Amino acid sequence: MDKTISTPAEAVAAIPDGASVMIGGFGGSGAPLELIKALIDRFKATGSPKNLTVINNNTGNGKVGLAAMIELGMVAKMICSFPRSADPRAFTEAYLAGKIELELVPQGTLAERIRAGGAGIPAFFTPTSYGTDLANGKPTAEFDGRMYVQERWLKADFALVKAELGDALGNLTYRKAARNFGPVMCTAAARTIVQVSKIVECGSIDPEVVVTPGIFVNGVVEVANPAQEEALNRAEESWV
Amino acid sequence: MSTDIKLSNAQIAWRAAQDIQDGAYVNLGIGFPEMVAKFQPEGRQAIFHTENGVLNFGEAPAAGTEDWDLINAGKKAITLRPGAAFFHHADSFAMVRGGHLDVAILGAYQVAQNGDLANWSTGAGGVPAVGGAMDLVHGAKRVAVITEHVTKKGEPKLLSACTLPLTGVGCVTRVYTSLAVIDIEGGHFVLREKLPSITFDDLQALTGAPLHTDGDVADLIVPEL
Repeated sequence: MDKTISTPAEAVAAIPDGASVMIGGFGGSGAPLELIKALIDRFKATGSPKNLTVINNNTGNGKVGLAAMIELGMVAKMICSFPRSADPRAFTEAYLAGKIELELVPQGTLAERIRAGGAGIPAFFTPTSYGTDLANGKPTAEFDGRMYVQERWLKADFALVKAELGDALGNLTYRKAARNFGPVMCTAAARTIVQVSKIVECGSIDPEVVVTPGIFVNGVVEVANPAQEEALNRAEESWV
Repeated sequence: MSTDIKLSNAQIAWRAAQDIQDGAYVNLGIGFPEMVAKFQPEGRQAIFHTENGVLNFGEAPAAGTEDWDLINAGKKAITLRPGAAFFHHADSFAMVRGGHLDVAILGAYQVAQNGDLANWSTGAGGVPAVGGAMDLVHGAKRVAVITEHVTKKGEPKLLSACTLPLTGVGCVTRVYTSLAVIDIEGGHFVLREKLPSITFDDLQALTGAPLHTDGDVADLIVPEL
């Protein structure tokens, strides 16, 4: 078995209009920028994919990465916890103009909904958001004298994730806090595509340190020296 | 009514830091609460948690040496202390919701006498954003708030009931303000410490619900910072 893919363009070629896409990262840390760039290049060349539902903790920063996807009109709906950043203009303008839908989810609930999606658990109860506006319309229940809110699993058609090392079987390690949503998103998508800084021989990642086992991964593409969103923004780069 | 003498943000953070025990697992909210880390008493070392997936981080790195894969929940670059750990987001919030954190210290727009907290939305339109605040208020063994005692307009932030959208119900147990230290017990504000320069009646006038006492009220003494 060989899950390696030669280029980011090839890796994202099958993502259709209207797809739900989990995109890893917390702010710029862990954002799979080269996979996003390949999606944007495809959209600019063909007008597709569009009408995407994107699941990410945030909504991008500046004019690169997810913010550029939003500014270009590729995203119909965001499911996220914190749609703000140092430069949130792309999302803010689209949202206030009514061009993009927002499902706001508390951050831990977002992570747990994705984890549940990957683990085949359709719903769970959490104390988070009980008694707040974000629990409106959701079932509640008491357990051992405390009130909880029922939340549903979250799954997606695709996950785009950034990792550090990967092998042909899709086993992954991550780099520092860039791990964030990667491991849970890998489990929760019908098709998970990962960009790694280096593809290594099977057997060279110690099984003791594999973070995401390859069963959760469908495609691995090598992007050596991946870009960092913070650096691109400081250089005032624009992908729009 | 106005008060000329009040604690600075650094002094409020200093006071909150005095209640953090050695070895405590602590989450500090984005912004003002992050200052608490600077004022740990000599000989005590808390282990700081950041929601995006790091335990035991330290100071900010020198400018130009940032690693943008190593940031905190406020998206600021951090460094690691010996014995740090990385973990994914679901594990990070298992630490939070599972009750494994000892203390969370958060900012507030409003706190109610029953422990309700409003700190995520001014209800004023625009783009709503919640982040991890709603999770943190239900996770830590102790949820404390640091805040100015009144708003910039001089209106009380400690109220009989919050008027802004809630972050959590009945979650706050202690409030460190620019004038006082107040516990929330049995649905009441219980005054523990106040600045010596303000009278009880003046403090009560700046507070939107009755202040109770339970024994002596200590002087709130904080160094110049």
